[in-house]
Amino acid sequence: MSDTPDPVVARNPSEKVASFDHHSRGALDRVQHFLHRYPTMVPVIVLVLSVLAFGLISPNFFSAFNLSLILQQVAVVGTLAAAQSLVILTAGIDLSVGAVMVMVSVIMGKLSVDFGIPVPIAILIGLAVGGATGALNGALVTRLKLPPFITTLGTWNIFLALNYYLSNRETIRSQTLDAEAPLLKFFGERFNLGGAVLTYGVLLMILVFAVLWYALNHTAWGRRVYAVGDDPEAAALAGIQTKRVLMSVYIVSGAICALAAWSSIGRVGSVSPTSFFEANLESITAVVIGGISLFGGRGSILGPLIGALIVGVFNSGLRLAGVDVLWQLFATGWLIIVAVAIDQWIRKISS
Amino acid sequence: MTQPLLYARNLVKRYGRVTALDHADFDLYPGEILAVIGDNGAGKSSLIKAISGAVQPDEGEIRLDGQPVSFASPLEARKAGIETVYQTLALSPALSISDNMFMGREIRRGGIMGKWFGMLDKPSMDAFSRQKLSELGLMTIQNINQPVETLSGGQRQGVAVARAAAFGSRVIILDEPTAALGVKESRRVLDLILDVRSRGIPIVLISHNMPHVFEVADRIHIHRLGRRLCVINPKEHTMSDAVAYMTGARVPEGIAA
Repeated sequence: MSDTPDPVVARNPSEKVASFDHHSRGALDRVQHFLHRYPTMVPVIVLVLSVLAFGLISPNFFSAFNLSLILQQVAVVGTLAAAQSLVILTAGIDLSVGAVMVMVSVIMGKLSVDFGIPVPIAILIGLAVGGATGALNGALVTRLKLPPFITTLGTWNIFLALNYYLSNRETIRSQTLDAEAPLLKFFGERFNLGGAVLTYGVLLMILVFAVLWYALNHTAWGRRVYAVGDDPEAAALAGIQTKRVLMSVYIVSGAICALAAWSSIGRVGSVSPTSFFEANLESITAVVIGGISLFGGRGSILGPLIGALIVGVFNSGLRLAGVDVLWQLFATGWLIIVAVAIDQWIRKISS
Repeated sequence: MTQPLLYARNLVKRYGRVTALDHADFDLYPGEILAVIGDNGAGKSSLIKAISGAVQPDEGEIRLDGQPVSFASPLEARKAGIETVYQTLALSPALSISDNMFMGREIRRGGIMGKWFGMLDKPSMDAFSRQKLSELGLMTIQNINQPVETLSGGQRQGVAVARAAAFGSRVIILDEPTAALGVKESRRVLDLILDVRSRGIPIVLISHNMPHVFEVADRIHIHRLGRRLCVINPKEHTMSDAVAYMTGARVPEGIAA
């Protein structure tokens, strides 16, 4: 020890055992500890670097128009990623988020247009259906003890089938919505913010992340979500009702999918049962790139927001640079692999 | 002698055809360290689980401070003031020391933020955790928001014991607290156990480590074949006596074979 001797240590040498060794760490070790402490720094650095790189390559990239366009493009998948994050924090995974979103958008559209139900009530019913789909997933995971991957693989197909049944595979056209249910397109409406054109869907995404950030970091519920994801047996022995926590996570996640559904109607402009086919995997991509561990209990909820933005920046930047679309997929693939590799490395600290 | 704080008679627990507890008795007196030893499969852990609410005995009675109790879950035992430190410690490695101390019994802020938005009172929780760790001589842990996984094995044990000591108002049960630790760290945990006793809280110590048991225990409960064989005073018996009783190689005086 190089610092002044601790009086307690001096009096009782065995106290030394309880001290924390701050020394003899290499540079790489220090990076590892830093990232362990602030796991969101990885996506933040990647985002900053990619914005700078694409800004240098294509001068149009930095325009307010382009940057706000990226935000608009990631709004729906970003909101969905918030729902996905909650489930992944509990060491689960939800393959059904995209199907729930599309199905709920169909329900909201059908009820308002075909059944003449007042739009606000149709929206509330849609939110309730979203929560109910989460409750179904949650009940299968907690009561029947099925693995979340298999549970949601099953319900993904079920919700997709219900979506085709309810919609008759027909799209509700934009003009019909304008005439009969303009409120459904609310989140697609634009407003001007200092030269940047944003949609209310972007605000919704940011709001959802802000609320979840507060709930996860500053309420007992949030701490319990992390504890259950980290080590469910330890959490149960420490007196947490783990099933109740898991159930609440799936229900909240389902309700957020329903909010994303409302937002998606605004983004697409119509209600289409075949839209957002890849939203499931895109939401998982954003969460993983955002530094939330697939093994649960680790990572910040703000990571997936940044993860979604990184994907948006790569897609926009590569397109502006005139690169073939296939290289966007190629780049996203590598981002995922690198993100998971970094997560594994950070987690090694505990052993 | 004073009345036992925790008292059990004729506890029976069967798992199918296996009888884990066969009319077992148990007494814990105020302010003492009672070690529970026994061979593997003797039923020590069933006994401890019955007392800590993790299993419900088929027969028998348990009294806490003279009042009959029956715990349907560890949570109920905890509410009655019986805290258990499990061998696995039941800590969440990625969460902070403070989060772990208050897991399941967080403190909320006063006013609207606490009542309507469930906001946690982190400053109070941190201060309380720091105070409890200092009381047990673990003050060298500087940062109360440090994740538990960055602590050493002994420090983690210290956090788990501090948590039990902070909330266990009546009884603390420690299951193999030194099993996974090195010599120095074991030393520290034993000191911690003595510290907790000096604050008046009785401790039930389950351990395989005879030197540790003989060093700290006031009385030793020897469990054999699902029941209490005898209780010995560590000052009047040797370790080899205890092992002989435990394994059935010898029968203690005054006990019918």
